[in-house]
Amino acid sequence: MFRLEVRTSTPAWFNLALPLLAIAATLILCSGLIALAGAGVLESYGVMFTASLGDSYAITETLVRAAPMIFTGLAVAVAFRAKFWNIGAEGQLLAGAVASCFVGAIPMPGPLAMLLMALAGAAAGAAVALVPATLRVKFKVDDVVSSLLLNSVIYYALMALIEGPWKDSFSGYPISPPIEDSANFPVLIEGTRLHLGVVAALVAAPLIWFLIVRTTLGFRIRVTGENPEAARYGGIHVERVLISTALLSGALAGLAGVGEVGGVHFQVMSDISPGYGYSGIVVAMLARLNPLGVVPAAIFLAAVMTGAEAMSRATGVPAFLSDVIQGTALLAMLVALLFTAYRIRRVGAIG
Amino acid sequence: MSAVFEQIFQVGFLAAIIRIATPLAFATLGEMFSERAGVLNLGIEGIMLLCAMTGFTATSLSGSLWLGVLVAVLTGMLMGALHALFTVALGLSQHVCGIGVTLFSSGLAYFLYRLIFGQQSVPPSIKGFQTLPIPVLSDIPVLGPAVFNQFALVYMAIIAIPLAAFVLYRTPWGLSVRMVGENPRAADSAGVSVIATRFQAVILGGALMGLAGAFLSMAQFNAFTFGVVSGRGWVAIALVVFGRWDPWRSAGAALLFAFVDALQLRMQASGLGHIPYEAFLMLPFIFTIVAMAVMSRNAVAPSALLKPFRREER
Repeated sequence: MFRLEVRTSTPAWFNLALPLLAIAATLILCSGLIALAGAGVLESYGVMFTASLGDSYAITETLVRAAPMIFTGLAVAVAFRAKFWNIGAEGQLLAGAVASCFVGAIPMPGPLAMLLMALAGAAAGAAVALVPATLRVKFKVDDVVSSLLLNSVIYYALMALIEGPWKDSFSGYPISPPIEDSANFPVLIEGTRLHLGVVAALVAAPLIWFLIVRTTLGFRIRVTGENPEAARYGGIHVERVLISTALLSGALAGLAGVGEVGGVHFQVMSDISPGYGYSGIVVAMLARLNPLGVVPAAIFLAAVMTGAEAMSRATGVPAFLSDVIQGTALLAMLVALLFTAYRIRRVGAIG
Repeated sequence: MSAVFEQIFQVGFLAAIIRIATPLAFATLGEMFSERAGVLNLGIEGIMLLCAMTGFTATSLSGSLWLGVLVAVLTGMLMGALHALFTVALGLSQHVCGIGVTLFSSGLAYFLYRLIFGQQSVPPSIKGFQTLPIPVLSDIPVLGPAVFNQFALVYMAIIAIPLAAFVLYRTPWGLSVRMVGENPRAADSAGVSVIATRFQAVILGGALMGLAGAFLSMAQFNAFTFGVVSGRGWVAIALVVFGRWDPWRSAGAALLFAFVDALQLRMQASGLGHIPYEAFLMLPFIFTIVAMAVMSRNAVAPSALLKPFRREER
């Protein structure tokens, strides 16, 4: 006989084992779709791997794709740590993109422009995240729904801008005017698209980890998430912590948009984010809300995305497989997390 | 100014409102049943998309519209069951699972559509539902051609609203749904199976989301495109809150949104676009967020929403 028991603590190797288990389950489940498409499973995954991580150029492309998801993953991880349910990283990213593009179009020395773009983008993202946080603190409004609905508000605001007053008069398409050439983020390795923003993302992860694990604010965020009553009893101003968390989370999501404008697109268009905000939720969950884990999790999703396009060309399996993998990975990870709450224990037969 | 008014408020305008409101009414009622039982279903956006795809595909391959509707409804029920499996049976967090279901369903919809139809320069289309005038009633001036000369699915939505209210407020099952959404502990003590009731409500919700998806790809657009749902699921999430989790109010909210949307389309078409159309599309979301702040003191949301139920935890 087997019985489920509630776990009181989880061993450290779970942090690595659970995401790997979830990813393995995902790849096995999705191999059914590859077979359905009439292609070889191992061949398809093989192409996916070599095209995304097989050579140094492919790795740089994957890193470029991972950068925005590192930022949104960090944004979600920080927020979820405090149990501030920020589903709005997508809108915060868009707000950050708009603000940084606006600043980047003003002629000024390059380094100053990049600094101001980052500040403007982070501020815009933080401002958007402040709305659901304030509503929750002041009016007890559910943050899940309010942050989700704000995504649509921001999206339509962006569309109104790029189809209206902000439309690039030269192109005729609904896109914003480009930023100044001097504001384009420098490319670090010639012949690739690896830009400064990617390094910023890779540096942000350990910084946020340090903030969460080693600083007073991080301690307050964790305690507020784990036990708000105890936090309050311990003299922590829970409402203030929630607001700070939201500002930090929104700023990180905004920076995802800054990187896309400054390093990849150099302007704003309606599809500047193929759902990086929602991918951030997948990344954060795979990382078990650990900022250091966000980096490999984002690289995994980015590799799947870049690899899927090559796989589609080589084997004819639709590239949309990467979207299915993303959704399946999130659900598989949630199920795997049950192992942290329960353990299966063998017990003697009764009677 | 009167010329502007005439241009906007034609008979066709009323008919357009009804048509825009139909998928929203189905989706809103579906989400409402789920939430009344205590389960937020953020999978709605993806579920509608997947149902639009499966319904369209079934019709395209078989030639039967009603078979397509059936397939869409079954798809919705299946995805509802999946969401319930994660959130009700396993007690996983509803919002994260919902996002997972949306990512999974929309990915699957795109993948299967591309697999079945390939990449074509002109997207395949079907001969969708035709209007079905109801004798006598459709002869009523103004109201007749607008309301009673519509697709069969529109009539189904009109019937679904009072039916949903009846089921929720006047049947034992409806009482169980409201109990497990308000106070699952008490419902359990009264012998109501919380798990089973929540499963049923989420699956019924999925079926209604399926009808919403079917309407989009089989009556409104007669094709499946990647933007066929384009945020209508999120609109439904907003309308449920705005309609205070009540079938009549939610349907009314859908109608109000459809009015604003139809107005926006008319203004765009007639070149009166001084106000960007996006401003109208934003309205339901902004109204809902404001309404949530105003209503929050009255606590109208189902008390057990977002809270998983585990029997052993007392």
